[in-house]
Amino acid sequence: MLDATLLAGQVFNGFSVASLFVLAALGLALSFGLMRVINMAHGEMLMLGGYLAYLTYLVVPGPLAILVAMPVAFLGAALLGAVLELTVIRKLAARPLDTLLATWGVSLILQQAARSIFGPIGVGVTAPDWLNTGFLLAGVYIPSTRLFILAVAVVVLAVLGLVIARTRLGLLVRAVNQDRMMAAASGINVRRVDLAVFCLGTGIAGLAGVVLSLLGPVTPSVGQSYIVPAFLVVVMGGLGSMVGTTVAAIILGLVSAISQIFLDVSMSQVLMLLSVIVFLQFRPQGVVATRSRALEE
Amino acid sequence: MTTSTRYVLAAGMAFGLGQAALAQDETVNVGVLQSLSGTMAISEVTVKNAEIMAIDEINAAGGVMGHQIKAVIEDGASDPAIFAQKATKLIQNDDVVTVFGGWTSASRKAMLPVFERADNLLWYPVQFEGNECSANIMYSGAQPNQQILPAYTWAKDQGKESYFLVGSDYVFPRTANMIVKKHIDEDGLSLAGEEYVPLGGTDFSAVIAKIRAAQPDIIFNTLNGDSNVSFFKQLASAGISIEDTPVMSFSIGEQEAQAMGVSLVEGSYAAWNYFETLPGEANEAFIAQYRDAYGANAAVTDPMLHGYLNVYAWKAAVEAAGAFDVDEVRAAAVDLDVDTPMGTVSFAPNQSLRQTAYVGELNESGKFDILWQSEGMIEPQPYDPLTFPNKSCDLSAG
Repeated sequence: MLDATLLAGQVFNGFSVASLFVLAALGLALSFGLMRVINMAHGEMLMLGGYLAYLTYLVVPGPLAILVAMPVAFLGAALLGAVLELTVIRKLAARPLDTLLATWGVSLILQQAARSIFGPIGVGVTAPDWLNTGFLLAGVYIPSTRLFILAVAVVVLAVLGLVIARTRLGLLVRAVNQDRMMAAASGINVRRVDLAVFCLGTGIAGLAGVVLSLLGPVTPSVGQSYIVPAFLVVVMGGLGSMVGTTVAAIILGLVSAISQIFLDVSMSQVLMLLSVIVFLQFRPQGVVATRSRALEE
Repeated sequence: MTTSTRYVLAAGMAFGLGQAALAQDETVNVGVLQSLSGTMAISEVTVKNAEIMAIDEINAAGGVMGHQIKAVIEDGASDPAIFAQKATKLIQNDDVVTVFGGWTSASRKAMLPVFERADNLLWYPVQFEGNECSANIMYSGAQPNQQILPAYTWAKDQGKESYFLVGSDYVFPRTANMIVKKHIDEDGLSLAGEEYVPLGGTDFSAVIAKIRAAQPDIIFNTLNGDSNVSFFKQLASAGISIEDTPVMSFSIGEQEAQAMGVSLVEGSYAAWNYFETLPGEANEAFIAQYRDAYGANAAVTDPMLHGYLNVYAWKAAVEAAGAFDVDEVRAAAVDLDVDTPMGTVSFAPNQSLRQTAYVGELNESGKFDILWQSEGMIEPQPYDPLTFPNKSCDLSAG
């Protein structure tokens, strides 16, 4: 059963799955790292991105619609993120359990809204022809869609890395991350930083929704199937770390893809969950431990 | 008062009450229980429509034995537990004489004990995996030997030698594939692979890698719901074309093809006991009438037709029995000819429907071109003799 081509193919698929995990999990990791907020409605940002892609396709058909859909979905999801942050999360900032419940409620409302607007049946986005091909690389068939998604993930990671490391916003984010009170005391408007990071995170989820629509239907519950692996990635990565999130996504993607050579999909999901539990037994702080100078931690 | 006068009085009262119930209350309640919300709503709403259409037609034509029929509609919400709850409610609170409904095997399995305990009767309209036999259910959907096995035999006759089985991970695909595997083994053909994806799963990369490696002659697809869209999309983007590797689907009908986007599944095969394209005036009239009520582009599918047919089979059985009593109705339903848009059919003594199997190929307009049909009606077999050699369905004792 284990021939080299299949293994190589699954390694590629592992990275492809990992790239989806990264895009779905980055926003969660960002907002948790900075604000200690668990956003249960994060999956619905993916869903929104998917539906925005669908709408974009209706307005601007043609081969490059996907490239238009990405900024549209990013901005749309970021905007909804801003509304969510300003109306719900900010009000409940000091009560983590309440934010959990409130955002879960928002998640249900958004799902039902999508069901009412677009119907319970999924809508489809057809990949443009230039994405609907593939090529053979050393006997392994590489579908262009998967390669495209991988590229999107790499670009998002690179841009996000640059923003955090090189820009003023990044500097502020790092400051607030290290010590919220000290940062506030030295004149940083931490609420505005929170807002910016939250929007950035939901925007990335919107992007994830666009690329997901290339692989499957956009349904009101599409976010739900990615939210659990996204949480796993965040927990395993070390809460709030970008590098950790990426490494954890790659590990889980590879575990899932390679185990599927021997097991069926249901069993490989069990294995994925087990591997996270075992991993956390030995390294409870996750792949990369977040360092904080705040006194309460 | 002597004992005998008491008996006479009691009998008189009972008689009077019974008379009153029939004379004053002319309508008879029946239940219609389908998922009107949740993931199955895409398919089940249309079955509900067809069942209601049949009830309306019957009422317009004078009802059943002079009684108007009142449909009590409940939403199973794609959740087996809710199906069981609503079935109980229909029987206990609404005094329904029978219920039309169910789609997934999980919903049927959840309702089965409710109907057995209350000794009520469920008319189930969807193809399923067999391996079940209850006196309180009329199974009009295909048994495995009326859908999946004829499709397999057809593929075998086409010279297909290696089979790849893909399904959602629940009771129907697992049991159906267990039966197909037995037959593949028996015929000395090869099983190229067997893969299950959780219900609603969207990642098929590994499954497709294995299909690519195995290069099967044909794929048997028992995926349900949205997963089909992901599967066909990823199959196409992996460069596996339906022309080279045909796909035979068991849960994709006209309605699902329309919802998924026909271009995605065009050219794939499906096996059913009814296609919209079946010839015959009765069928044309049925389709025209449905479209009148639900829109010119409304699709008509096999489960809808079975839901519609169930109502008429029930009416015929009640009239043959001369009563609404469950035991009399189900006894009368057996071997009773019912005229339907798919021809004259009847239930076998095991309470499943005798019917013809068809294989169709989906064309660009979202309809199926019929490629093959079985020689006459196939007797339903709840237990495949090869897979379940020691089981039989004998309802005469119960």
